[in-house]
Amino acid sequence: MTIDLGRGLVLRNPVMTASGTFGYGEEYTDFVDLSELGGIIVKGTTLNPREGNPYPRMAETPSGMLNCVGLQNKGVRYFIDTIYPRIKNFDTNVLLNLSGSTLEDYVRGAEMIDTLDKIPAIELNVSCPNVKQGGMAFGVTTTGISQVVSEVRKVYQKHLMVKLSPNVTNIAEIALAAEAAGADSVSLINTLMGMAIDAEHRKPKLSVITGGLSGACVKPVALRMVWQVAKAVKIPVVGLGGISNAIDAVEFMLAGASAIEIGTANFIDPAISVKVAEGMKEYCERHGFQRVSELTGILDA
Amino acid sequence: MKQATDFIVCEAVDYGRAALLRLRSQDPLPVIKPGQFANVRVDGSPSTYLRRPISIHEVDYASNDITLLVQKVGEGTKRLAGMKCGEKVNLVFPLGTGFTMPSEGERVLLVGGGIGIAPLYYLAIHMNVEGLKPTLLLGGKTKDDLLRLEDYQKLGDVLVTTEDGSLGEKGFVTAHSVWNHREFDKIYVCGPKPMMKAVARLADEKEVWCEVSLENLMACGLGACLCCVEDTVDGHVCVCKEGPVFNIRRLKW
Ligand SMILES: Cc1cc2nc3c(=O)[nH]c(=O)nc-3n(C[C@H](O)[C@H](O)[C@H](O)COP(=O)(O)OP(=O)(O)OC[C@H]3O[C@@H](n4cnc5c(N)ncnc54)[C@H](O)[C@@H]3O)c2cc1C
Ligand SMILES: Cc1cc2nc3c(=O)[nH]c(=O)nc-3n(C[C@H](O)[C@H](O)[C@H](O)COP(=O)(O)O)c2cc1C
Ligand code: FES
Repeated sequence: MTIDLGRGLVLRNPVMTASGTFGYGEEYTDFVDLSELGGIIVKGTTLNPREGNPYPRMAETPSGMLNCVGLQNKGVRYFIDTIYPRIKNFDTNVLLNLSGSTLEDYVRGAEMIDTLDKIPAIELNVSCPNVKQGGMAFGVTTTGISQVVSEVRKVYQKHLMVKLSPNVTNIAEIALAAEAAGADSVSLINTLMGMAIDAEHRKPKLSVITGGLSGACVKPVALRMVWQVAKAVKIPVVGLGGISNAIDAVEFMLAGASAIEIGTANFIDPAISVKVAEGMKEYCERHGFQRVSELTGILDA
Repeated sequence: MKQATDFIVCEAVDYGRAALLRLRSQDPLPVIKPGQFANVRVDGSPSTYLRRPISIHEVDYASNDITLLVQKVGEGTKRLAGMKCGEKVNLVFPLGTGFTMPSEGERVLLVGGGIGIAPLYYLAIHMNVEGLKPTLLLGGKTKDDLLRLEDYQKLGDVLVTTEDGSLGEKGFVTAHSVWNHREFDKIYVCGPKPMMKAVARLADEKEVWCEVSLENLMACGLGACLCCVEDTVDGHVCVCKEGPVFNIRRLKW
């Protein structure tokens, strides 16, 4: 089931948990044996602490949800001093999702994370739609993404995964720019910008009016984007967006993903991540694949 | 330890606007504290994609039963309240931290509004076990909102207010005469936010210790998604993990 994403990032199996949906892993240890996962990606972290957006921060939508958490986190320093010591000995890959609002924030953050032995990779979040300067400004243009990825690349020696925003007209172009600037892999999709209204009270359901859509309802869009990006780039693609079971995960692999992440589905079944890993193995056995990596991009189209 | 467990409905009582569900697990239950809740999976529809947080109303360790009191608000709670005996339902529980138990000899008041009376039942049972007989002040719009009143009466001294005056004193819980002639050491509140705020103000004026149980919108219920936060003196904290019960001194009300 092993997956090698390059530059030292080797996963036990293709299943990781998506940033912002799995806390720091600790929240799920009653339900999941973390050693049965390829990796966990911890909450989006910024150089300086952020209180995030006001409540209400979520609204349920058909087969999905909107959130506008707004990158609430205690900052990179706090992560290093307080959280890292608690989670560094987890028997899985712990990736840090790094976000920022300025180029300097990203670079300083990456420099600090580079010193942590047990963090084999950064997932660079240039795609958070929920804060004014959430990095999405970098993630929606080829020049923006080239700039942030190449600057971070200069200071960060380990695996650099770049998380792409779906809120663009041509995602393959953005992915190519990330690749050219030195990304080791790309992950997609982050949430789709959306909105929900409470008609009875004529009010937005979210405090900051718009938010990011996730969950089962985004899967067809995510799958299409993974397929487009996988055709365009040579670096590995990590697919996510609405994956709720092993067959969904297999579909992303067939579309071109080398590994997958599970987000919102963790809220519905806190043990779903390990179930997906088991189910993917079972799929491979049933269809006679020796290695799960054989599934990548073999869509018969 | 938290768990995700399938339960079978073994008793369902429909009260019209709400229903009582007694759920049975095949496995022994973990220790559940008053004020903790379960995140309940309502299967079968795109509009009930996420779990619904529901307080623990009663626990029977001998038969592995958890009882919930569910008010029919929208799709999810209507479906839940409509469940029949023999049907299966999955619970992630026990979540949150629960109420702080009073000390021996303290005079306690439990204030419940609407479906907010649900967790107070389990709290009162625990107080009885510790030898305390609480005063329960329960409020509803009409007398039909006051579910299981005879059962609450077995646990303490029950006082009632209704907005239409159909039972007890007319008006909101904060208008009840008990506030003028009785003193308490600890007050516990659960109900709609405006009502909890009003009681919190009263408690604050009287300088009485007071805990409230919040009902913020939730997704994960585990402290992972940061959707359910309340603004406190310590910043945004997760209601699902650090609450749902908070001392009013911690809140910015
Ligand atoms: C810790 C906690 C304990 C709770 N305990 C109980 C309980 O014991 N019994 C009970 O009946 N209910 C309880 N609730 C409230 C219950 O979770 C909501 O009523 C339920 O989620 C609504 O789901 P729905 O699908 O029926 O309504 P939806 O269709 O989701 O919403 C219908 C309406 O209800 C409002 N609503 C949705 N969720 C909540 C919420 N969490 N609080 C207040 N209003 C909400 C929506 O804004 C909307 O106006 C509790 C909530 C929390 C957070
Ligand atoms: C509540 C919530 C918080 C999130 N926080 C982050 C974050 O901090 N950083 C990030 O890159 N993505 C964040 N995401 C996006 C997810 O990681 C993921 O890209 C998205 O939800 C799509 O996958 P899903 O449909 O499987 O959830 C968040 C999503 C949710 C629902
Ligand atoms: S509901 Fe997810 S953190 Fe509270």
